[in-house]
Amino acid sequence: MAKRIDVSGLHAYYGSFRAIEDISMTVEPRSVTAFIGPSGCGKSTFLRTLNRMHEVTPGGRVEGKVMLDDENLYGAGVDPVTVRREVGMVFQRPNPFPTMSVYDNVAAGLRLNGSYKKSQLDDIVEKSLKGANLWNEVKDRLNKPGSGLSGGQQQRLCIARAIAVEPKVLLMDEPCSALDPISTLAIEDLIGELKERFTIVIVTHNMQQAARVSDRTAFFNLAAVGQPGKLIEIDDTERIFSNPSVQATEDYISGRFG
Amino acid sequence: MSHAVTAKRPNSLQGGQLPKWAPLAIAAGSLAVSVGLCLATGIESKIQWGLIAAILYIVGTYVISARVENRRQAKDRIATSLVWVAFLLAVVPLASLIWATVVRGIKVLDGYFLSHSMGVVGNSEPGGGVYAAIIGTLEQVGIATLIAAPIGVLTAIYLVEYGRGALARAVTFFVDVMTGIPSIVAGLFILSILLAFNLNFSGFAGALALTILMLPIVVRSTEEMLKLVPNELREASLALGVPKWRTILKVVLPTAIGGITTGIMLAVARIAGETAPVLLVVFGNPFINNNPFEGPQASLPLYIYQQYSLSAGSDAGIDRAWAAALTLILFVMILNLAARALARWKAPKTGR
Repeated sequence: MAKRIDVSGLHAYYGSFRAIEDISMTVEPRSVTAFIGPSGCGKSTFLRTLNRMHEVTPGGRVEGKVMLDDENLYGAGVDPVTVRREVGMVFQRPNPFPTMSVYDNVAAGLRLNGSYKKSQLDDIVEKSLKGANLWNEVKDRLNKPGSGLSGGQQQRLCIARAIAVEPKVLLMDEPCSALDPISTLAIEDLIGELKERFTIVIVTHNMQQAARVSDRTAFFNLAAVGQPGKLIEIDDTERIFSNPSVQATEDYISGRFG
Repeated sequence: MSHAVTAKRPNSLQGGQLPKWAPLAIAAGSLAVSVGLCLATGIESKIQWGLIAAILYIVGTYVISARVENRRQAKDRIATSLVWVAFLLAVVPLASLIWATVVRGIKVLDGYFLSHSMGVVGNSEPGGGVYAAIIGTLEQVGIATLIAAPIGVLTAIYLVEYGRGALARAVTFFVDVMTGIPSIVAGLFILSILLAFNLNFSGFAGALALTILMLPIVVRSTEEMLKLVPNELREASLALGVPKWRTILKVVLPTAIGGITTGIMLAVARIAGETAPVLLVVFGNPFINNNPFEGPQASLPLYIYQQYSLSAGSDAGIDRAWAAALTLILFVMILNLAARALARWKAPKTGR
């Protein structure tokens, strides 16, 4: 059951350096939102605050509120581990666990968090691999190592692993930047299917991808190197790419900088 | 004018090249010249023959190569020959050591030797065996590993995964200091404890001294192996909502386990040969003592020393010492091979 995200007044720091400043936005359930912006503007940092991964970095610190439906992820007494089971993440470079087979990789999130019967696991693994459009390619090699797949397959395996635990929100940090165009297309199609079940937020450098895949787009920028990143504009994707309200957005989209 | 003969441009890409057998020929030549020179001037030491041959080889290679090829190739050949000479200098003593041990140790090494102790045999008499020492080494090294391996691995996990502040820095500092402790100091430390509490020599005391020596090696090598696990794996596991301790236990450790095991095996191989602490606190025992907690025990390196010293240099004693040395080397080699096999079996597989 997808959930809605409400961010208000979010600041994120690395030690004493403020990386992003005063972000407020809403992400509707069962939609795809893309974050675009030049390198170093804080899009990935902001993404990682949404599942409390930012504080895993030494010196990482967050101020502000992130509401998942009606619960504040940064409220007192909230366990980051529980948050991460609700908000899943797929990373830029495919990272299947090297000591585990394909089956074990997909089942990892479940096995490491509870005990399940073999039949239950079989069902969930099959469902997740089908959901990631990988089932037909791996159904005969479920017990082979996960690292023996191609790059695009590995990334889909990571997506299957992330959706196997049934998160409410799926965060994707430049999932296609390490892949070739065909695999990229496969994953973009997959995102179109997954948005029926999850709320998806995707960070991307590729503006055409943002235009193809997302319902809403958010543009981030920084004033200068060493300054914190800010949210400049967030709007429906069509509006952003055809008639943005802020000049900086227009400049970025038409390639005048970035 | 149209019929003028233009000067022929030399083919600028091609140059001379020494044939493939040239290095060997130069080596043979320099050896011959060196031997001839030395015999003529009465120098008898084979080492000096070798050194003069090496110098002649290097000079000869440079001169001949500079004439036939060009100066850059000559310098390249010099570098190659320096590397080869260094390699031979390193390998020849090792090979000679192994050869000597095998040749002298094999004389007395047999099933009887491996299964009997020195109990009823005088130190200068032939006969007897190394069984007590094998049992002693196995038990002392085994107990030391049982103590040092878990503590070392857990310390390394703390330093890599959790430690951030002053405690981590202090631990790293002390581990570095421990790496340099001389083995006899570790033995003295345990001996002082034995004397303070009025305890007798025992295999367990030796194991404790060996633990002190083994611990920093295990910590260091485990630390390096854990640092090699890419951070993305930890992040992938954390992002699935897996708690940190479980991530370490189920994702990081299995990925690093091959290297960690190799590190532990190498540490074991190192302490198996330590004589000084064993001499001080285990004391040695010609009779078989299967109990490491009571009474002095024998130990392989200690046995080697005692066979030489207690037998006043008799042939039987020296033969036994060599055979025990061979046993020790074989023991360490088997451990090393086992470590490599284990590491290969456990390595993350890349099959398709």
